[in-house]
Amino acid sequence: MALFRCEEMALYQLFLQSEAAYNCVGEMGEIGLVQFRDMNPDVNAFQRKFVNEVRRCEEMERKLRFIEKEVKKEAHINIPNNVPDLKQVPAAREMNELDNQLEKLENELRELLSNQEQLQKNFLELTELKQVLLRTSIFFQEGGGHFGAPGGTDPEYQIAPSEDPGASKLGVVAGVIKRELLGAFERVLWRVCRGNVFLKHADIEEPLTDPTTGDSLLKCVFIVFFQGEQLGNRVKKICEGFRATLYPCPEQTAERREMLKGVEARIADLQVVLDQTLSHRTRVLESAAANLPLWFVKVRKIKSIYHTLNLFQVSQKYLQVQCWIPITDIPKIQAALDKGTSDAGSSVPSVLSQVPTKEQPPTFNRTNKFTEGFQTIIDAYGVSSYREMNPMPFTVITFPFLFAVMFGDCGHGLIMALFAGLLIWKEKDIIAAKSKNEIFMMFFGGRYLIFLMGVFSIYTGILYNDLFSKSMNIFGSQWAIPQDVAKTLAGYSDNTDTVELDPKDSFKDKAPYPFGLDPIWQVADNKLDFLNSFKMKLSVILGVMHMLFGVVLSLLNHTYFRKPLNVIAEFIPQVLFLGGLFGYLVFMIIYKWFAFDYTNSASAPQLLITFTDMFMLSAPDDELYSGQYTVQVIILLVGVACVPWMLFVKPTVLYMRHRNPAAVKGQRSNLPHQCLAVEMGQLMDNSLPLLTLAVFLKLRNNRVNRFCCFTAIRPAGG
Amino acid sequence: MGAAFATFCIWILMTVFWALIGVAVPLIIPEKIENRRLIQTMLLLTSVSCYTFWLCIFLMQLNPLIGPELEIRTAQAIVEEWQS
Repeated sequence: MALFRCEEMALYQLFLQSEAAYNCVGEMGEIGLVQFRDMNPDVNAFQRKFVNEVRRCEEMERKLRFIEKEVKKEAHINIPNNVPDLKQVPAAREMNELDNQLEKLENELRELLSNQEQLQKNFLELTELKQVLLRTSIFFQEGGGHFGAPGGTDPEYQIAPSEDPGASKLGVVAGVIKRELLGAFERVLWRVCRGNVFLKHADIEEPLTDPTTGDSLLKCVFIVFFQGEQLGNRVKKICEGFRATLYPCPEQTAERREMLKGVEARIADLQVVLDQTLSHRTRVLESAAANLPLWFVKVRKIKSIYHTLNLFQVSQKYLQVQCWIPITDIPKIQAALDKGTSDAGSSVPSVLSQVPTKEQPPTFNRTNKFTEGFQTIIDAYGVSSYREMNPMPFTVITFPFLFAVMFGDCGHGLIMALFAGLLIWKEKDIIAAKSKNEIFMMFFGGRYLIFLMGVFSIYTGILYNDLFSKSMNIFGSQWAIPQDVAKTLAGYSDNTDTVELDPKDSFKDKAPYPFGLDPIWQVADNKLDFLNSFKMKLSVILGVMHMLFGVVLSLLNHTYFRKPLNVIAEFIPQVLFLGGLFGYLVFMIIYKWFAFDYTNSASAPQLLITFTDMFMLSAPDDELYSGQYTVQVIILLVGVACVPWMLFVKPTVLYMRHRNPAAVKGQRSNLPHQCLAVEMGQLMDNSLPLLTLAVFLKLRNNRVNRFCCFTAIRPAGG
Repeated sequence: MGAAFATFCIWILMTVFWALIGVAVPLIIPEKIENRRLIQTMLLLTSVSCYTFWLCIFLMQLNPLIGPELEIRTAQAIVEEWQS
């Protein structure tokens, strides 16, 4: 029965023909029921047989990620989200096809990218040149009066032929610089050239796009007038330093106009080319985006198949591996192997043969979408050993129930249940959306748990009579204010005084509130006195029941593994101790509920005091029942006797067993670390049995076989 | 006596209800349902824990040793609203 214990596993040896190996492993990957063991544990990852294929797959993944990044840059292209898993093994030759396809795509995209960059750089240069030509005309016109021909109000600027043959011509440098660097640029020019240069600048209104980064920059046009060649060199060097781009600017207006026309025409052409390049790139990316998820999945599958094949032991004609298989799934796996062999077109069938072994198999708990959440919680506390009782089926109910006992509000429980119910209703859509939000996915993973917690909370909330911290009066309160008290009440106008209802008068001959806590307690001042005592008693009862249940489960383990020693040495003393001491407490609680009412409430003993007095062996002042002292002493003695019983009987018996292995008949010593105790006994002085046994017990609880570590410490004498 | 009979009625009602859920229903679940064992375990555990919880609250209120302490105003309101 695979619900209460894990699946029965067996170790199998698998022989695959080299041609069919890929397909067979793929099919087994699709059904996901086989755990392969690494047959080459000491081989380096880079020396395995299929390492090249794994490398190729990783290269393909890198290309896919590059393509995905490019697609994501274009925000309007949508990568389809819910691609259904076709559960098909990609054919071996698909790897080559996909590799070529991806390589072509990557190269094309890279080429497009570099072309686009180049074009945008040209576009930027031309735009800046256009701006330079436009703005500098203003500068030249402004300076026209200065540099115009003497006596003429010629608006057109002409470099005046020098009257003084000694004076050098006025040089011009025009260019574009980032706006933020302009101030520093001006200062440096002033300082370096000692104020002998003339700078004019004008802002470019529209921001320009940087081709490599895509940022938009604000730039401005500047023009520097200087005299002399040396100064000119200095100016040019400074421009270089500030990374200003210089453009040749003709001084004649007519030339400038011609140039401007040419530049504008080239800009228009370039814009067309740029648009076409972008639209081509978008088309390529769109067609790639549609296939992207499918490719990712395929490459992943291929890579994992080769990664698994690396675990195999390779010989000339066949590959061999050991694997753990659940026994009930052997037909399924055989069918998958047959399908793989036939897909590969191989005639030799794959061979699956059992390997008899004494190793402890891995624990495999088959779960469905409901039980998966609970099994995860149980595994977080520790994975059960092979064929041990699995606490999961019981946790499905006890976990939410104990939560509800603590939570106990039916209004909030309803909200919890509705929220989880919504998650369950929409679970298909939410799974398909593949959200990356960790916190939400945590809640989603626990949706069935939260739903059950909410439902149980509604029940316990109704019983605690707690609806958003308010009580409901459905059946009518069983506490009545007697007539004479009611008459005296009418006289009171002071409302801070309280009246305490005596159960003798107010609860006489009444049945308790049928379902839950009486609503009168909600409005009572001493509500907590009543409620605290009740909740403590309830916790003890539920806790002891739960613990007893756990101990009984351990009994099931002992009988399954056929260990009568555990039953005698562990189970019985545990039950006697737990039942005797805490079961007695539960008995006292329930007995007190029946035996005492308002008639003898004065002599009702406090259970807490009674329980502590029991341990201190002092006679009770008020007795619950006659003969109580004797009974308690007996129980206490039994409990105290159980402690050495639990701690020492089993180790002693095991120790004596292994001292005389010949005297042991029909014992199942199939655990390697039982031999360990023998080794240790030989190693250590026999006057330290307890230390030995303590180590023995600790190692018994480990699931890893530590036998191999200790064989090396054999004493020389043997 | 009226009270004892009412108490007994309530108790037997709840016991039979949870016994049906915990014992009868698991037995009649058809064999071919996939998670039959799991559903049986869940029903049994639910009925045991819920019945225990109800029983504890019921028994506690059977013979109360103390009564509620009410403010005068509240007591007056109770006399008016709940007892007339």
